[in-house]
Amino acid sequence: MEITTMTALEIARAIKNKEITCADAVNAVLNAIDATDGKINAYITVCREQALQKAEEIQNKIDSGELTSPLAGVPISIKDNICTKGVKTSCASKILGDFSPVYNATVVEKLEAAGAIVIGKLNMDEFAMGSTSETSFYGATLNPWDTSKVPGGSSGGSAAAVASGEAVCALGSDTGGSIRQPASYCGVTGFKPTYGTVSRFGLIAYASSLDQIGPVAKDVADCAAIMDVIRGKDVADGTSLDVEYPEYLTSLTGDIKGMKIGVPTECFNEGLDPQVSAKVKEAAEVLRSLGAVVEEISLPFLDYVIPAYYIIAAAEASSNLSRFDGVKYGFRSSNYDGLTDLYNATRSEGFGDEVKKRILLGTFVLSSGYYDAYYRKALKVKSIIKDHFDRIFADYDLILSPVTPTTAPEIGKSLSDPLKMYLSDVYTVSANIAGLPGLSVPCGFDNNGMPVGLQLLGQRLSETTVLNAGYAYQQATEFHKARPEVK
Amino acid sequence: MNWEIVMGLEVHVELSTKTKIFCSCTTEFGGAPNTHCCPVCTGMPGTLPVLNEKVLEYAVKAGIALNCDITRYNKFDRKNYFYPDLPKAYQISQLYLPFARDGHVDITTPSGVSKSIRIHEIHMEEDAGKLIHSPYGDATFPDYNRCGVPLIEIVSEPDFRSAEEVVAYLAKLKSSFEYLGISDVKMEEGSMRADVNLSVRPYGSSEFGTRTEMKNINSFKAIERAIAFESQRQIELLESGGTVVQETRRWDDNKGKSLAMRSKENAQDYRYFPEPDIPPISISEEMIKELTDAQPEFAHEKLERYVADFGMAKADAEIITSSKHLASLFEKTTELCGNPKETVYWILSQIMYFMNERGVLPENITLSPEKFARFIGIVLSDRINRQTGKTVFEAMFFADGDFDVEKYIVENNLEQVDDTDLIRETIKSVFAANPKTVEQYKAGQTKVTGFFVGQTMKALKGKAKPDTVNKVLTEELKNL
Repeated sequence: MEITTMTALEIARAIKNKEITCADAVNAVLNAIDATDGKINAYITVCREQALQKAEEIQNKIDSGELTSPLAGVPISIKDNICTKGVKTSCASKILGDFSPVYNATVVEKLEAAGAIVIGKLNMDEFAMGSTSETSFYGATLNPWDTSKVPGGSSGGSAAAVASGEAVCALGSDTGGSIRQPASYCGVTGFKPTYGTVSRFGLIAYASSLDQIGPVAKDVADCAAIMDVIRGKDVADGTSLDVEYPEYLTSLTGDIKGMKIGVPTECFNEGLDPQVSAKVKEAAEVLRSLGAVVEEISLPFLDYVIPAYYIIAAAEASSNLSRFDGVKYGFRSSNYDGLTDLYNATRSEGFGDEVKKRILLGTFVLSSGYYDAYYRKALKVKSIIKDHFDRIFADYDLILSPVTPTTAPEIGKSLSDPLKMYLSDVYTVSANIAGLPGLSVPCGFDNNGMPVGLQLLGQRLSETTVLNAGYAYQQATEFHKARPEVK
Repeated sequence: MNWEIVMGLEVHVELSTKTKIFCSCTTEFGGAPNTHCCPVCTGMPGTLPVLNEKVLEYAVKAGIALNCDITRYNKFDRKNYFYPDLPKAYQISQLYLPFARDGHVDITTPSGVSKSIRIHEIHMEEDAGKLIHSPYGDATFPDYNRCGVPLIEIVSEPDFRSAEEVVAYLAKLKSSFEYLGISDVKMEEGSMRADVNLSVRPYGSSEFGTRTEMKNINSFKAIERAIAFESQRQIELLESGGTVVQETRRWDDNKGKSLAMRSKENAQDYRYFPEPDIPPISISEEMIKELTDAQPEFAHEKLERYVADFGMAKADAEIITSSKHLASLFEKTTELCGNPKETVYWILSQIMYFMNERGVLPENITLSPEKFARFIGIVLSDRINRQTGKTVFEAMFFADGDFDVEKYIVENNLEQVDDTDLIRETIKSVFAANPKTVEQYKAGQTKVTGFFVGQTMKALKGKAKPDTVNKVLTEELKNL
């Protein structure tokens, strides 16, 4: 049995049926990491001993019938901006040093309670700022399909690890597309839930009003199973929603007959790679053949989403990242004279360029005299976009689009043309601005064999609709089952 | 030229909720450094603030008491600045939608000025920690115990014209919050802090002068000194042809002067923006009604009632209502013993003495109304006289829980002596022991009567009934 190609649900089932043990699953993942992580650099920290010890504990609980969750015994890997008690949590930044939290993120607590086993901490863009996973202090993560290409970002480690078999499934975080875009570049499934569905307690904030934790996995069913565990009201997060949550996994019927899907014309303009365009249109046809009603719609505000997004995200980031000042934990410069210099030296040496750029931008847009022109205006745009989506979702169940304008770019190309990089978020950021659930599923390959992704967006709290459409698509296609050979 | 002083106040009040504003740490004052904090109040990465509902309740109570409009749709904002006592590098506060606005506080000064001070707004915020500087040199240690202690900041309009008005206002706030039970309001412990915005202008002018803001004022006395100093400094500056610089100044009470901290040019840009981690808070009509109905009877209302219902002197009523603990002790004891006059007598003569001379704080009084009332009953039934009563009261006041007044009187043999024969015998022996004084009396010096009373009481260990002593003494003096 080739464990590293199995889905999380398949592994849990095999453990339950005593075909394999938890330790087998953990060892298979650890072996995969040993074999290929030297090439793709998906992990910052591997919790070898803890994971093996945990495997034994969980195995006992499964054997005694104490643990019956669909994820019991499944190895899972965590993006390194999600706090893990006693395990270094770095946000891929020098400034956090060897910071090791004394608390778990709520999602980690929930996953461990469900019997999932944390394997390690995944590489990412520093503080989740970036679209390539190249800005990590711990070195770039590479795309397992072609190591001359980026895996996307910021959850590049999550997507690359799942694609290469170095992780069975993973948690990522999505502020402007940081789960969906790398999932698309790496040919895996990624889901960004409705804002407030998953607790952010323990997620080191980039942009608090946009950040959301979500699963990266081999297919939609695994994403649904993970969502069943991590979603829900958390008293430690005031922005988490107190609503009745459905069971996602059991609501995957694969029946999408009559589902109304809108395809925005603006998403297929000249900026889109023709190969990506063709694959996404084919995917729309597949959904149509399954009984969905697919129609063209318009997103006239699409030009405004990027500026609004970068203003809001940078503003919140400039405040969220101020606490990293060298006073309490993490890195402190050894060259300073007095308090102001301690701040300057620590932050100058501790943050990377991309992070500094966004802190500066955010500080600027919140400055006295500029607040109204930038931040307040961006909030207005946000509210207009939200209203517009509400009108669309009065008539449509889903919006279908590409995840990104191109497949994964080459290493080094994006950061040299940052404006192009920022603009490549155009299809994904709307979901964060409007708080919508968004799914990225593989829908084919370009001529170079690089994966193409399909994005499905739904109304807030319509995760079952979004996941079910993705599930139906994966029942009808095989793209999500393709695995790269890491070279 | 005659100058008018114009002042506005920003008063920070720590709310006495059991736990902090955004986490469940204790708000207790003091404690070893960094023992009253957790990942949330120290702003550890990934942690999130969750509003303590009690803080909102206490804050709204204060807003209602200061006659404010309560904001129905509330938000928090972040005030960003770097300082080691602020672990998140931003303070969660309210800028755009403070919870209370447009109130007023009516004051009367000792010199009889009555006026209404307008409240611009009140907002909620979290307190910062403290920095402890090493006495040995270059090290500074942050103590985060105070981080996240809930505060309200009460911002007045520039309606003050004298230090007397400022003190009357602060005393009114202190009393109101004490009666509401929402704060310890101790300036010395920093649970009430006032910043004074002060400017001067020629009398009759309607324009405001350039103001300074004074911080670090830690007592009512310091505030009077600070106002006197700063207004004089500005007047002298203007009269010598200079100009006042808009700046923040720090009051140094030891040196008795204010010192410039930072000017407007160096003023911080706090980059306020809406706090994304805390969803907007709605305050319902029901909540406002409930908290309005639950407002206590405040000091000035009690004062009027005491004067009207009990015929209490205004000055006495002022003393008793100066503390809700004293007022409560008075009301409960009076209800039990039915004698307000007697209750007032013991509070003013004994308890005030203990407060003034021995530093007893009203909130630390353990004497129960039940014991107090029983004591008054014993005094009124003539079982002990007033002189002995003072001794008994003192013992009772400082005793612990199981003190029994009756038992104490019996055990210490303190019951009043009303035995005419014994008193007469005692008086006779006093006469015998003081033949010279007896001669003086006979020679017409009647003022020595007091001496005989004193000696007789002394001989009877202060326990004799004064009326009887006087009566018998009068008889015996006639017999001389």
